[in-house]
Amino acid sequence: MTAALRFDPIRLPEKCEQLRKEVRAFLAEEIAAGTFDPHKPNREDTDVPEFSRKVGAKGWLGMTWPKKYGGQERSFLERYVVTEEMRVANAPTRRFFVADRQSGPVLIKYAPEHIKMDILPRICRGEICFAIGMSEPNSGSDLFAAKTRATKTDGGYLINGTKIWTSSAHIADYMIAIFRTSPPTKENRRHGLTQFLVKMKQPGIQVNPIGQITGQYEFNEVVFTDFFVPDDHVLGEVDGAWKQATSELAYERSGPERFLETYYVLTELVRAVGPNPDTRSAEGIGRLVAQLHTMRRMSVSVAGMLQAGKEPVVEASIVKDIGTVWEQQLPHRVRDLAAFVEETATNRETLERQLDFAIKTAPKLTIQGGTTEVLRGIIARGLGLR
Amino acid sequence: MAESDNIVVETAEKIFADLADPQTINNDKKGSWQAPLWQALSEAGLPLSWVPDDLGGSGASLADGFALLNAAGRFAVAVPLAETMLAGWLLAQARISSPEGEMTVLPASPRDRITRDADGALSGRARGVPFAKAATHFAVLAHGNDGISIALVDASKGRIESGLNVGYDHSDTVTLDKVQPVTIKPAPGGFDQTTLMLMGGVARSLQIAGALESMLDISVRYSNERVAFEKKISKFQAVQHNLARLAGESAAALAAATSAADAIANAKGFDDEVYLEAASAKIRCAEAAEKGGAIAHQVHGAIGFTIEHILHRYSLRALAWRDDFGSESHWAVELGKLVANRGADELWPLVASR
Ligand SMILES: Cc1cc2nc3c(=O)[nH]c(=O)nc-3n(C[C@H](O)[C@H](O)[C@H](O)COP(=O)(O)OP(=O)(O)OC[C@H]3O[C@@H](n4cnc5c(N)ncnc54)[C@H](O)[C@@H]3O)c2cc1C
Repeated sequence: MTAALRFDPIRLPEKCEQLRKEVRAFLAEEIAAGTFDPHKPNREDTDVPEFSRKVGAKGWLGMTWPKKYGGQERSFLERYVVTEEMRVANAPTRRFFVADRQSGPVLIKYAPEHIKMDILPRICRGEICFAIGMSEPNSGSDLFAAKTRATKTDGGYLINGTKIWTSSAHIADYMIAIFRTSPPTKENRRHGLTQFLVKMKQPGIQVNPIGQITGQYEFNEVVFTDFFVPDDHVLGEVDGAWKQATSELAYERSGPERFLETYYVLTELVRAVGPNPDTRSAEGIGRLVAQLHTMRRMSVSVAGMLQAGKEPVVEASIVKDIGTVWEQQLPHRVRDLAAFVEETATNRETLERQLDFAIKTAPKLTIQGGTTEVLRGIIARGLGLR
Repeated sequence: MAESDNIVVETAEKIFADLADPQTINNDKKGSWQAPLWQALSEAGLPLSWVPDDLGGSGASLADGFALLNAAGRFAVAVPLAETMLAGWLLAQARISSPEGEMTVLPASPRDRITRDADGALSGRARGVPFAKAATHFAVLAHGNDGISIALVDASKGRIESGLNVGYDHSDTVTLDKVQPVTIKPAPGGFDQTTLMLMGGVARSLQIAGALESMLDISVRYSNERVAFEKKISKFQAVQHNLARLAGESAAALAAATSAADAIANAKGFDDEVYLEAASAKIRCAEAAEKGGAIAHQVHGAIGFTIEHILHRYSLRALAWRDDFGSESHWAVELGKLVANRGADELWPLVASR
């Protein structure tokens, strides 16, 4: 039965509203100071180190982590509010986002204490950037086909092979990567991968930028040649990374960033149609807002489950599936609806510039973080079909 | 099905399971299940859930009533439970006691209007009124020169042209021609036809979400039984992906509907934030009924298209419920106007209000 698919109507507690005000005030100040332009999602300066430090200084990185690691021991719901406000404002979060969402929680679970004490406070201060090294040229959806080898040597491992599509590798200080430590077994083809903490910018790693169809450079090929990783940089169980990687993905899949990446075109459409839209635009906007609102309520609900200590893998996959399909269609719907907006309307130009970028961005949205097909496989498993 | 932790829902689910089993109902062409089901529901005080004790009801909370409607949707019950609940709720807004028996509300469409003339007589036409033929009383919202009134009307005073909606349930046109109500009182300040439509829309959203939950259940079950090409069809990836999408639509409908219900149950009035919740629920649930229903039928193949199979009890009702209390097109236009009117920079604060 479908008992597993409940999305309780979580309401954000009062302290979230206070926090939301603080975040909005901070972002407004940064926009006024010229740190970033919220109307320019396609800006070149997606990496703004000073911005990361300011966000860190506010206590908005590692918010849910233990205080001894520099965290604030606040709730997932509070973190949720910060994330969505940053996203909606088009803030330059590239440098800290992965560490805050994903890498930090992995370290807290699996890293030795001295590494946690060293690295986590620096993430919280917004000083360091992380990349995720999962995909390889012949291993994307099928993560367990990864071949990049980690061979045991004195005091550590030697890494040889290539990771690919690695977002932010060119600016990252660290990468959390999975490498092959032994071959898969007959019984378990997922066996044999181990998760490692990799210090970037060392000899033996070469980062080659790969351009994207948007005209930006955000992901990379990362080539390892006899690259040394010390023993204490093994994260969790040797050969057992498959368990770790799947729970890590639950974090990656449920958040507001999974339906808000092209949100700016909706705001701009509302601006362009003005206060008295025709029936066609009004209906189109109404539907899009209803869909957006529904996804956000689902996503907040998943944040509530994380807060309650659950692992809502299926629910998170549903939010990501519906959310990414929606954010992918959004620029095309907005383009349709804007067709009859007066050429001279205020902000028509901004809208067109944004649409141009959003339409180029759209194809990746249902690929990054696990493709639609893979997510539907996970949902099907949750329904008891596999 | 979700375990209920709520006594109202538990009672209702037990009654539905005993007396409203979809297969039994589907096989019973004479409708002989209706009277015992209604009697059991009435004895449990469920149709008047939202009517306070002192007005003749059982005084359940809004939240419990909403959960009950969701459960009713899971069984796709075809008795005027939601309608009587709404009617009782509407009457209670003006402190009018509810009579026993089946009721319904009018108007049931935002485009229809009932008016009240100076001597209190009611006139007007309301289309698509669910279960008007089965009702002994109507709860009516009427516009007069001096404002909005709520009235209890003896159903025999109205002219009823019967109709059926796509789910084969009665959806009638009611004409009132200078009808004197049994009781009439002014509506409380701020209460208007939009309030009634939003409340009715959320009731329908919860029913649609419930029907989708059941469509998902029976579709998953069927796919695990039906064999084709020497495999259970549930083992085909294309079928799995269709079912995953159905799960997504069902989850979205449930999330939207329960969120709106929760918002109404906890809000002081029908402000913009509640409007967003209620209108969104009706829009998103209607979309889910269309997409989800199509998948449920696809998975069932021809058998699901037969009148003998229970699937249509859910799929067609979910489709029919889209039309009551404002269709998704209606609410989308209204919501779009509201958003445009507030302006671009107020959109996110509205969406992120809870
Ligand atoms: C912008 C962007 C940023 C990224 N950043 C990172 C990053 O930082 N780190 C990282 O590790 N990876 C990153 N990725 C990689 C991403 O995780 C992979 O692209 C994704 O997992 C798909 O793998 P693939 O590209 O190899 O496609 P493939 O796995 O080859 O898939 C091709 C197609 O086949 C389908 N397919 C594959 N297997 C199945 C199946 N079993 N059933 C049905 N269909 C199937 C897929 O759904 C897809 O449609 C990024 C990708 C993008 C687009």
